Amino acid sequence: MNKRLIRWAIWVLIFGGILLIISIFSLGIGASRIPFHRIFPLILEGKGTTEYSILFDIRLPRIILGFAIGGALSLAGVILQGMFRNPLVEPYTLGISGGAALGVSINIVLGINLIGGILSIPVSGFLGALLVILIVYSLSTRKAVLKIHGLLLTGVMISFISSSLIMLFMALSHTEDLHGIIFWTMGSLEEPNWLLIKVAVLVSIFGIVVSYFFCFRLNALSLGEEEAQHLGINTERTKRQLFFLASILTGCSVAVAGIIGFVGLVVPHFVRMFVGQDHRILLISAFLSGAGFLILCDTLARTIISPLELPVGVITGILGGSLFIYALTKKKVVL
Amino acid sequence: MNNIILDVKDLVSGYDPFFLKEINFSVKKGEFIGVIGPNGSGKTTLLRAITKVLKPKEGELIYGGENIWQMKSQNLAKKVAVVAQNPGISFMTVEDFVLLGRIPHYKKFQFMETKRDLDIAKRCMVLTDTFRIRDQYVGEISGGERQLALIARALCQEPELLLLDEPTTHLDIAHQLGILDLIKKLNKDLGLTVITVLHDLNLASEYCHKLLLMHEGRVYKMGSPEEVLNYKVIEGVYKTVVVVDKSPVSSKPYIFIVTEEERQRRAKTKKNIDS
Repeated sequence: MNKRLIRWAIWVLIFGGILLIISIFSLGIGASRIPFHRIFPLILEGKGTTEYSILFDIRLPRIILGFAIGGALSLAGVILQGMFRNPLVEPYTLGISGGAALGVSINIVLGINLIGGILSIPVSGFLGALLVILIVYSLSTRKAVLKIHGLLLTGVMISFISSSLIMLFMALSHTEDLHGIIFWTMGSLEEPNWLLIKVAVLVSIFGIVVSYFFCFRLNALSLGEEEAQHLGINTERTKRQLFFLASILTGCSVAVAGIIGFVGLVVPHFVRMFVGQDHRILLISAFLSGAGFLILCDTLARTIISPLELPVGVITGILGGSLFIYALTKKKVVL
Repeated sequence: MNNIILDVKDLVSGYDPFFLKEINFSVKKGEFIGVIGPNGSGKTTLLRAITKVLKPKEGELIYGGENIWQMKSQNLAKKVAVVAQNPGISFMTVEDFVLLGRIPHYKKFQFMETKRDLDIAKRCMVLTDTFRIRDQYVGEISGGERQLALIARALCQEPELLLLDEPTTHLDIAHQLGILDLIKKLNKDLGLTVITVLHDLNLASEYCHKLLLMHEGRVYKMGSPEEVLNYKVIEGVYKTVVVVDKSPVSSKPYIFIVTEEERQRRAKTKKNIDS
């Protein structure tokens, strides 16, 4: 019995270790290269040097934000996959990210954030995400069976509709808002506001903690709703709570970093291969490796055509989109 | 009268356009009940009503003196386990799959299985002869083995009442008998009350104490195999000509089918004799 616990602990250490290595690597690399052996002395020397401010004012916030967003999106992916019993659903493919982005751009265009404060941005992202998740789910269950292709198609269409609406807002809005909205639709970890970074970190940690109260229910749901019911799970209530959680995670991520697609698809896909289906280990593994994955993608995005910078969504989009097509054409879908 | 564990009173349940109507029956502790009836007669719907998947429109379901809709799902799952017909199969080992049956028994902040949980899972696997395949993946074992793993998972819930939905479909006769012999053994040795949906009338006749014949959403007849399985009843419900005799082995009712060709040949012979 404790053999299993030990195995899990080893996986957590491995994923945590990889995350740490990627973070340190990302700290050292960039337009101005700081050798790894310099990092530690720089910390000791303290503030004042240019290198110190590059590390702690430019790179570290991005790494911390990458940790929060990558973890949150990956976790949202695992939760949604567990509920819909399909490895291809995640915040982006279901259109939830699009809904959140729409919520955020409405907020910017109407200037709600000027009145309600910067924290109203994640809240409007959450509301947009929740709305889409409710639409997608009610459409998918209307015939009592989850038809997965229809579900994904609905998600793609919702993404289309919301990006069209965002474009409409862009056409109608003032030029000063335009930059802000474009930034959100592309997805980037460059976030000058420390408060939003802190919110993102808090929300993602909150998400991983809360998700553990659902680990057995998610395990039961992976057999199907009726079977979960047979195992004594109140499926209706559980689903509602999980939708709420997935919406908070996605909405907040999108509000802070914009649409970063496929993190919740790529990461759980590979993590499952290593640790299996049990959500007790899957949740934390997906969280840690999602964080590592996004930090790595962001490092690539800002170094690949340095000194110019790509939006990180470009990298995850190319990787994730290819994997999505591969997984879709593969006959046997694992899960 | 206290040994009645399940009491179904005036139940109306289902979803458009199919409804169960005026269902009344009760199940005593230790009984082995077979639910039979043509396709679409409401057998599976009845099971789904008992397991709280379908909400009753009218009437009530009393389990052990309590209305099941007033019981917590978790508490019901400690008493009633289900072996569904088309269960979701997740990518996990047989042992992990069987252990899912312990979920209703976990305490609020329990994170790992206790030794007791593992012991119970092992016992259930040994009982169903799935212990030897405990490390194989559920998606990769044969249909018969999967059925056994499902039963093991249900037993892991330590239920008083076991519900099965056509546990023998898609299995060869050896596996059919294997499964039903196992269920019979559980019924006899552990005192487990069993309600199982069966398609095969002869298997139902051999194994069940009581049969519940469903027809168009209603209970057409309930009673011992001898009472339910006579040619008039079967022809009335299934609209098919059959001959009912006694099994030479168990002297339970045995149904012989009559093909269309045979029926015509006999009709002709009869006409010839008449003329």
